[in-house]
Amino acid sequence: MNEKYARISRDGLWDNNVVFVQMLALCPTLAVTSTATNALGMGLATTAVLVFSNIIIASIRHLVSPEVRIPVYIVLIATLVTLVDMSLNAWAHELYKVLGLFIALIVVNCAILGRAEAFASKNDMADSALDGLMMGIGFTLSLVIIGGVREIFGSGTLFANAHLLLGPAFAFLEITLVHDYKGFLLMILPPGGFMVVGLLLASKRVLDQRRAERATLATSETSAS
Amino acid sequence: MNLEQLREKLSYQGILLGGVALLTSAILAFASRATEADIRKAEALDLQQSLAIVLPGQYDNNITQDTVVLAGPGGDVTVYRARHADKVDAVVYRVTGRGYAGAIVCVMGVSREGKILGVRVLKHAETPGLGDKIEPAKNKWIFSFDGKYIGNPPLEKWAVKKDGGDFDQFAGATITPRGVVNAVKAGLEFFEKERSTLLDEAGENHE
Repeated sequence: MNEKYARISRDGLWDNNVVFVQMLALCPTLAVTSTATNALGMGLATTAVLVFSNIIIASIRHLVSPEVRIPVYIVLIATLVTLVDMSLNAWAHELYKVLGLFIALIVVNCAILGRAEAFASKNDMADSALDGLMMGIGFTLSLVIIGGVREIFGSGTLFANAHLLLGPAFAFLEITLVHDYKGFLLMILPPGGFMVVGLLLASKRVLDQRRAERATLATSETSAS
Repeated sequence: MNLEQLREKLSYQGILLGGVALLTSAILAFASRATEADIRKAEALDLQQSLAIVLPGQYDNNITQDTVVLAGPGGDVTVYRARHADKVDAVVYRVTGRGYAGAIVCVMGVSREGKILGVRVLKHAETPGLGDKIEPAKNKWIFSFDGKYIGNPPLEKWAVKKDGGDFDQFAGATITPRGVVNAVKAGLEFFEKERSTLLDEAGENHE
């Protein structure tokens, strides 16, 4: 049982990461990662929607017939996103002003439909909730790393304006790494996003390859001895 | 009949889709009513805050309610009036300039004498790192309007330096500051033209 949960977690965080392995949700990924703060906001909002959509879809999976599942999932996801949008607008207006643009984008985030289709429609509610959470955290981490790299090279800061997103208590996150940095505009513009995603993707592949080589080496050694 | 067989039926698909649509619409309608008042309150507060930035000093009326709509540059302009002892001390309104990437929406406060109290950009889509220096967080440029009026500099000097005017442009971005300067200039001309209506002077004469 524990092994299953560990498997789900590892899938979401690394082995089947939304951005770097499934290559889903690249549109919001490239659009919002000009700073680490924006990336974090988008990641957290997506995670919340992902968890709830997975739970709801898993709970009704026996009722939904395969022929009409896609429209049903889309309507449910769109409803959920609209609910998040409205409640943030009403009760967390400051946060809404920062995140407002991204929230509407979550509907078209194919990672959410992807998880509904690939996981929540086939598994029970607890597993689906964990899957949504882990996929969401994996997505958030990927976004923050991409956003961090772009922000450091692009504007010489890290987590600028984090207090707008998380409240004044998180102002300590805001770091100016290079004072009087003139900025490297390319990294902030869309091409920088493509370059950073590409480089990080390649690094992950190299890491995975090294790990696989080490694993085969270890097994051949144990079988030899 | 069990669920498996039921799910095969054509009518089941229709009923399922209809049911889901009905249910989600009902939830959304309910949520919309539950949040409506709070959203309006939050937006009003937002408006008040954005007005207050360009409106230093004291006023004793509810400026978000004391409005007048006039035909201005580029359509109707809602003007918010700040009063002190029933006299209009300052007015605040929005002006829109054309930037490099679409409209730049600014809010400007103008004193009774026609001096600019402040200008802020509310919304823009200018290039990050170049055109976004119009934001006060990135550059002090937007404060260069404070205290200016038509006459200081004279009307023909209300342009960026590249066009022979008095206002700085940014390295690599001329269109953005040009758009803002033109918008503010049009806003001041609007003030001069509509001065008596804006300051509610007709009303004062009655008293």
